[in-house]
Amino acid sequence: MSLILDKVSYKYSTGTAYEVTALDNVSLEIKDGQFIGIIGHTGSGKSTLIQHLNGLLKATEGVIYYNGQDIYDKDYDLKELRTQVGMVFQYPEHQLFETTVFEDVKFGPKNQGLDDKEATLRAYEALRSVGFPEDYYDQSPFDLSGGQKRRAAIAGVLAMKPAVLILDEPTAGLDPKGRDEILGLIKKMHEKSGNTIILVSHSMEDVANYVDRIIVMNDAKVYMDGTPKEVFSQAKDLEEIGLAVPEVTYFMMELKAKGYDVDVAATTVEEAKREILKLKGINA
Amino acid sequence: MFREITIGQYYPADSLLHRLDPRVKLFGTIIYLISIFVAGDIFSFAFLALFLVMIIRLSKVPFSYMVKGLRGIVLLLVIAGVFNLFMTPGQALVEFGPLTISDVGLKNAVLMTARMIFLIIGTSIMTLTTTPNQLTDGLETSLAPLTIFNVPVHEIALMMSIALRFIPILVEETDKIMKAQMARGADFESKGIVRKAKAMVPLLVPLFVSAFRRASDLALAMEARCYHGGEGRTKMKPLHYEKEDRLSYVVIISYLILLIVIRIVL
Amino acid sequence: MNIIEAKQLVHEFFRRDEEGNIEGIQVALDKVDLKVEAGQFISILGHNGSGKSTLAKHINALLTPSEGTLYVDGKDTSDGKNELAIRQSAGMVFQNPDNQIIASIVEEDVGFGPENMGVPTDEIWERVERSLKSVGMWKYHAHSPNKLSGGQKQRVAIAGVMAMEPKCIILDEPTAMLDPDGRKEVIKVAHELNEKKGVTVILITHYMEEVVGSDYVYVMDKGKVVMEGDPRNIFSRVEELQSHRMDVPQITLLAHELRNSGLDIPEGILTREELMNVLNLG
Repeated sequence: MSLILDKVSYKYSTGTAYEVTALDNVSLEIKDGQFIGIIGHTGSGKSTLIQHLNGLLKATEGVIYYNGQDIYDKDYDLKELRTQVGMVFQYPEHQLFETTVFEDVKFGPKNQGLDDKEATLRAYEALRSVGFPEDYYDQSPFDLSGGQKRRAAIAGVLAMKPAVLILDEPTAGLDPKGRDEILGLIKKMHEKSGNTIILVSHSMEDVANYVDRIIVMNDAKVYMDGTPKEVFSQAKDLEEIGLAVPEVTYFMMELKAKGYDVDVAATTVEEAKREILKLKGINA
Repeated sequence: MFREITIGQYYPADSLLHRLDPRVKLFGTIIYLISIFVAGDIFSFAFLALFLVMIIRLSKVPFSYMVKGLRGIVLLLVIAGVFNLFMTPGQALVEFGPLTISDVGLKNAVLMTARMIFLIIGTSIMTLTTTPNQLTDGLETSLAPLTIFNVPVHEIALMMSIALRFIPILVEETDKIMKAQMARGADFESKGIVRKAKAMVPLLVPLFVSAFRRASDLALAMEARCYHGGEGRTKMKPLHYEKEDRLSYVVIISYLILLIVIRIVL
Repeated sequence: MNIIEAKQLVHEFFRRDEEGNIEGIQVALDKVDLKVEAGQFISILGHNGSGKSTLAKHINALLTPSEGTLYVDGKDTSDGKNELAIRQSAGMVFQNPDNQIIASIVEEDVGFGPENMGVPTDEIWERVERSLKSVGMWKYHAHSPNKLSGGQKQRVAIAGVMAMEPKCIILDEPTAMLDPDGRKEVIKVAHELNEKKGVTVILITHYMEEVVGSDYVYVMDKGKVVMEGDPRNIFSRVEELQSHRMDVPQITLLAHELRNSGLDIPEGILTREELMNVLNLG
């Protein structure tokens, strides 16, 4: 069970002077149960990439396999694929439309052809798993705070029980506490369900704390692909494309440059603290 | 999927037509529209075509670019042509079973198609050579006398220019909303009017909510920049006539008179 | 002289039920005292819903006090006659770049404010050129705003305010919708305007890194000013900040955690260099 991209390219406005290559010969394998971060600048191709994974965009070249099946096969059911590979877009305002949060979350399951009873059960389950307060189930989704809207939007996709969950910039516009809450929630969901999760972000620091694999996109290509430690150890290459590693990682590198024996792969405050205390001869 | 729309687009270039005052171009377009319906025989159409070719050359907009805008309405032209061709009574020229082509029908079909093509190319020249803002400025100034009858000319012009600015933003937003709902299994390709209308709800509700939100944000931003109606406003790009503009008026009026003469005399 | 001075400023919203009857009163600003000297760079921090944007709208006279007073450049905001004069002295830049650009061409948008103020045509052009240059966007003066990046759009919006030649600009979460590059661009421009043109800047944000270069910081929560001081002072109160749903930069947090583990490190460390110096690694 996995997603495989085989030499996928995507171009638009082909044949005109404005031809743009948004994805250039990308090959990737996304194994079941991974927690992946996709990082890159605006225009690096990261959004285009994820829209291929559930068939919203069709590659101009190359093939995508989901569970061994070519999703571009004539009789492949793309609607079914979209319930398997769930995607939450950046702005919850783009998907919330029903009169109540609860009805809104039922929209996905109903599109899957489930009856009302089943859809209701799914909605309960999804809203509970994102920690959405029960008092607000019958509220209009337009009256919610930014963080609650985000939860409702995630629940709307979770209710379809996807095996892969893609989240595009799920923390955009949230304040620090709201950001930590949403990221913490996603991590908890991953640990509990073991599903594949793909997190798209601008922020290295956000991603470093949570994921176990990072894919760096640049200029329509995969620029790096590895564990956070592997990726952040190439700080120079990241800077070349205008991305930065977490501040604490820089600090570890500076310590190392001064001749201290520290692990430069420390990417979180917790890890950096442990390294420095070790250096000081204190066992935390 | 919305990238291909070209109707109403501005084509930046440095030409006499681009430089002309928008009021002249508005006036010219109206006169040209009248002339299309004045023309009715081969001579007047030839004269009209000659005039149009001259204008196209003056605009420095590639002819191929203009024709691109025609592509979208080819089907419309064909349908209108066919209807005229077969449905007009008159002396039968050719018969295919129940279908007959009459002499009047043939004439009407040709005339009608020619008029449509002339109309579309002619009006698109105005939008191709005039920025949306110049156009609304031109309208505002041309319609200024109507303020006596309490017509809110300034407000109408402002609304037009804001609409022009937000159309591309809302088109892009529509695309995003469609994708977000398709990711939840929404089906925008379903058949049948009722099902189609129902499928539009998840698209239209977020779009309207967003449009209203943008409108209220924009109103606040305009207020913050001291907007308080048209009163006491100055203009960054005030309109004033140059020699070329006056000359153009003369050319436009002479064109119409000449066309009428040709139509009557020949 | 204080360009902005709020005394016991209160703002109340009426909460209405579906029939429009008043259900209750919500206090968005609760006895706020705030002073800004001309030429300062001030930051106002707070989580979403803390009241910081309501305060911004007051400074621009888009809202008026329910109680207390607010003077902007010596003018009382509760007097309706001062409205336009206040908006000229204190210009405002909003969060969403798309929803505040009015015209389809960059230069025409920048000219919108001066047009409303009745500035003569020739001077409008001078102001447009000057303010677009001051944000580094003159190159794009004839472009459509739709083709610009988020950071560039926001710089155009700032130029639009600068063309009104205000003494003070209020940036209401100008970076909330931008990517990291756009964020840096906008903050850099705000500091340049403050340093080179002497414009007073009030930056409203929830990103802690953006307040590092400010002269003074206010932290808001539940409509009240709950903390104030220079950045170092604010950043040295990590737990207090966290209790107001705020964060501190990673390095500050690392230093704070090390201090809690018993290392002899002062609070309020802002940069890697400072941390290196206080670590005392023999």
